[in-house]
Amino acid sequence: MLVDALHRKLFRNLAELRGQLVTIALVVACGIAAYVCLRSTWDSLLFSRTTYYERYRFADVFATCKRAPEALRGRLEAIPGVAIAETRVTERVLIPLDDLPEPASGRVVSIPAGRSPALDALFLRSGRLVEPGHNDEVVLLETFAKGHDLTPGSRFPVVFNGQRRQLRVVGTAASPEYIMAMAPGDLTPDPLRFAVLWMDRDALAPAFQMQGAFNDLTLRLQPGASEPAVLEAVDTLLEPYGGLGTVGRSKQLSHFMLSGELSQLEGMASVVPVIFLGVAAFLLNVVLSRLVFLQRSQIAALKALGYRDLTIGLHFLELVSVIVLLGAAGGLGLGIWFGRMMTELYAAFFHFPVLEYRLAPSVVFAAVGISLLAALAGALFTVRAVVRLPPAEAMRPPAPTIYHRTVLERLGLLALLGPAARMVVREIERRPLRLLLSSVGIAMAVAITVIGQFWGDAMDFMIDVQFGGAMREDLTVVFTEPRPARAVRELAHLPGVLRVEGLREVPVRVRSGAGFRDSILIGYPDEPDLRRLLDQYGKPHPLPVSGVVLTDKLAELFDIEPGQSVTLEVREGDRRHLDVLVSGLVGESFGLRVHARAATVAPLLGEEPLVTTALLLVDPATAGATRARLKELPAVASVTRRDNLAERFVEQSRAMIVTFSIILTLFASVIAVGVVYNNARVALSMRSRELASLRVLGFSQAEVGAILLGELAVQVLLAIPAGLAIGTWLAGLMMSTVDPETYRFPVVVSARSYAFAVVVALVSGVISALLVRRRLQSLDLIGVLKTRD
Amino acid sequence: MTSPLENPAAVPVIEARGLTKIYQMGEVEVPALRGVDFVLGEGEFVVLLGASGSGKSTLLNLLGGLDVPTDGWLAYRGRELTHLGEAGLTAYRRHHVGFVFQFYNLIPSLTALENVALVTEIAEDPLSPAEALELVGLGPRRDHFPSQLSGGEQQRVAIARAIAKRPDVLLCDEPTGALDFQTGVLVLEVIERVNAELGTTTAVITHNAPVARIADRVVMLADGLVHGVEANATRVPASELTW
Repeated sequence: MLVDALHRKLFRNLAELRGQLVTIALVVACGIAAYVCLRSTWDSLLFSRTTYYERYRFADVFATCKRAPEALRGRLEAIPGVAIAETRVTERVLIPLDDLPEPASGRVVSIPAGRSPALDALFLRSGRLVEPGHNDEVVLLETFAKGHDLTPGSRFPVVFNGQRRQLRVVGTAASPEYIMAMAPGDLTPDPLRFAVLWMDRDALAPAFQMQGAFNDLTLRLQPGASEPAVLEAVDTLLEPYGGLGTVGRSKQLSHFMLSGELSQLEGMASVVPVIFLGVAAFLLNVVLSRLVFLQRSQIAALKALGYRDLTIGLHFLELVSVIVLLGAAGGLGLGIWFGRMMTELYAAFFHFPVLEYRLAPSVVFAAVGISLLAALAGALFTVRAVVRLPPAEAMRPPAPTIYHRTVLERLGLLALLGPAARMVVREIERRPLRLLLSSVGIAMAVAITVIGQFWGDAMDFMIDVQFGGAMREDLTVVFTEPRPARAVRELAHLPGVLRVEGLREVPVRVRSGAGFRDSILIGYPDEPDLRRLLDQYGKPHPLPVSGVVLTDKLAELFDIEPGQSVTLEVREGDRRHLDVLVSGLVGESFGLRVHARAATVAPLLGEEPLVTTALLLVDPATAGATRARLKELPAVASVTRRDNLAERFVEQSRAMIVTFSIILTLFASVIAVGVVYNNARVALSMRSRELASLRVLGFSQAEVGAILLGELAVQVLLAIPAGLAIGTWLAGLMMSTVDPETYRFPVVVSARSYAFAVVVALVSGVISALLVRRRLQSLDLIGVLKTRD
Repeated sequence: MTSPLENPAAVPVIEARGLTKIYQMGEVEVPALRGVDFVLGEGEFVVLLGASGSGKSTLLNLLGGLDVPTDGWLAYRGRELTHLGEAGLTAYRRHHVGFVFQFYNLIPSLTALENVALVTEIAEDPLSPAEALELVGLGPRRDHFPSQLSGGEQQRVAIARAIAKRPDVLLCDEPTGALDFQTGVLVLEVIERVNAELGTTTAVITHNAPVARIADRVVMLADGLVHGVEANATRVPASELTW
């Protein structure tokens, strides 16, 4: 015979068990697919970003100042650890386009004419770089150009320092410095309303009186250089020239925002795949050990015939391996497909010019290896337990459990139940471990359904707190520079303006000992209404009459408690250092900030009350006219609509998360169905003899069904609350991996998500019950009794 | 001097002295054998007779290396089995013992031929599976699965499977227990034929007294002890049995 008898048995077993086999393989496939998809997307994005940064020479250090002489460059480059210093002229500009109700804001950045800059090179998407001597040439940020149909050859107006000029697009480009291109103070990138313009330095400098000078500096560090030391040295050198602070790459706006976005993904990519794989592995272990247990008498027969334990063990390992490898193949395919899709989606979102899908062999090995190990362990454990018995004993049905009167029986409650219900209760009381394992399996499936949904919930909750509670203005007006408080009253007189409040925002460096964090000090009106300070749960936090309120994470970093004082280094004006009293802490969802009343801030800064931002509530009927009027005001740098901002936030950040959620939920649901179905099938096989006997004794099909399905129902009902609790706990675990200095989402799972997880479990239960009932109807009564299996 | 338990004419194949087996059922100890002496001689056909619970299946399981005694001494052709260990017992079963069980214990996913092949593939000098099936009169049914065979046919497949390895000892545990009279006789005829034609030493367990007439010797068990041994002066062919 070409194929030996044991292998024939293997093939026939596989064919016989195909229903269960497919569902088990699906569980494996989903576990592996989730793992591979998330890990590979994460790896690919990090790799794409790193490659982009390297290839386009993203700088390590960024600094700005008022105006420093070009001659300083030599001294900057001489700082130990600095490899390259590139000086630039950058300024804010306004771009009044006809298709926008208010002018877009932009940042013009100087580049050397005719060549690529030494740092932060441009990734040219169309056209060419600017040429020397052509003062009206500009390379425009690709996303903005696309959004407004500007192509090489197009002309558009730009307001430089109050002067309107027509510029000509010669090229469109992306840059590692502006992956997340956004105006300072914005919460998310807005490709339609924020532009970066690269111009010849010689053409740009005169417009801002910057000939022979610079106001922006980027540095490349030597390998092994100490970044903090360089930052301090640069700060010291720029101090006399109005240095506005030097930051490392981690604080560069685009990189910081990108890291924030990626850190949300990281939470998913680090913990979730492990959870999915772990759950799949656990289920595999339980299901396969039971599957093997059903073959107990066959194992014994093989032993009686003289087969060695090793041979029998290998036979079952083969069976299990086939199932796992089938699932693994499917899971890898699915994971790679979804991973590619997600990577492309993200890369398009971030406009990475380099996109390489990476699937690390270690990811594949981990995914397949863990599944295989779990399955083999489950199967082997059972095979070992069976082969250790003398065959004579293994061929007998397992020794009956020692029966005691169950608790319910002793209480006399069981008499109230029918015989079927009594059997269910007895079975459960006598085999609590089996019930426990089944329930834990289903609970894990429920739990991963919950975490599949959780990110969407966290996002929704945060959006709700942020845009529904904290920000209640219709329009946010940012002034070009701090204005006297009366500017707020002037805006209040504009037609259609219902209410105005001013905010004073000052960049500060919070310092404690050797450590520091860059932050913002926000001064609120005495009774703020349009912008309130809320904690992460949306609860208003009062502003103290004196002192400041710190984000709790900031206080935690520096080990500061309310009642102590903190040092704030103001990073504008006279750059004074302040010791202020910390009156309270607030648990905010994101950012590290310092809050106080404007009345507290002004004396601290030694100034008359000033405002940098005005918050407006406007009459919706005339909102358009109000915005048009606002954009004519020279003191206004930008006007943002809150509804736009919320929409963009939802569109961009949430859309990404939701795509992931859908994929995870899909996998979780398949796993849930697989688990519940297998539980029911195995229970049927284990008890078919008993159930057939009952049928022979005259029990109806419905009664017999009730015994089996009653147990299934108990398993599912026990699993649901446990699963919801485990899911919530896992969500917390997942959150703990997100950089706490960026985001601190509260672990809030919506009722809708809980309900969804419950529905998935119940539907899985019902589908399994129907499938099992069909099998019950075809129970071979005589056959089952005739042979002992 | 020889004990009445032995057949003085035959070379002993299996010998047991003071064989004891106690099952631990939870907190209760159930003695199944309480010091049994027994000898199975070369080529002999022995029937172990006893009511259910008498210990006969336990004895057979011990003789076949399916279980280990709690106490006592057991040897196959002079080699002690008692301390052989798992691997040794497996080898013993694989090379020397053929089993037939009351409930056949066929692998449901394999055909009759493949069930026999299961043994021939691991035996040293086996019959061909087809030959073994011919011997039990099931040649034409070789490609049927157990579920497609009657109880008697399944039991004959089990016998074919047991003898295909040309075992030294054939041990049958209630081989007719699940069968009707006519089918039972058919199965006994096959066992008888194997004993006669292949010279296989055979022990058959039954609770059915008339079956004892086909044996050379009858060992009666009750309460885990040997209660008597009778030698049949003449063996009655299975075909002439009635019960």
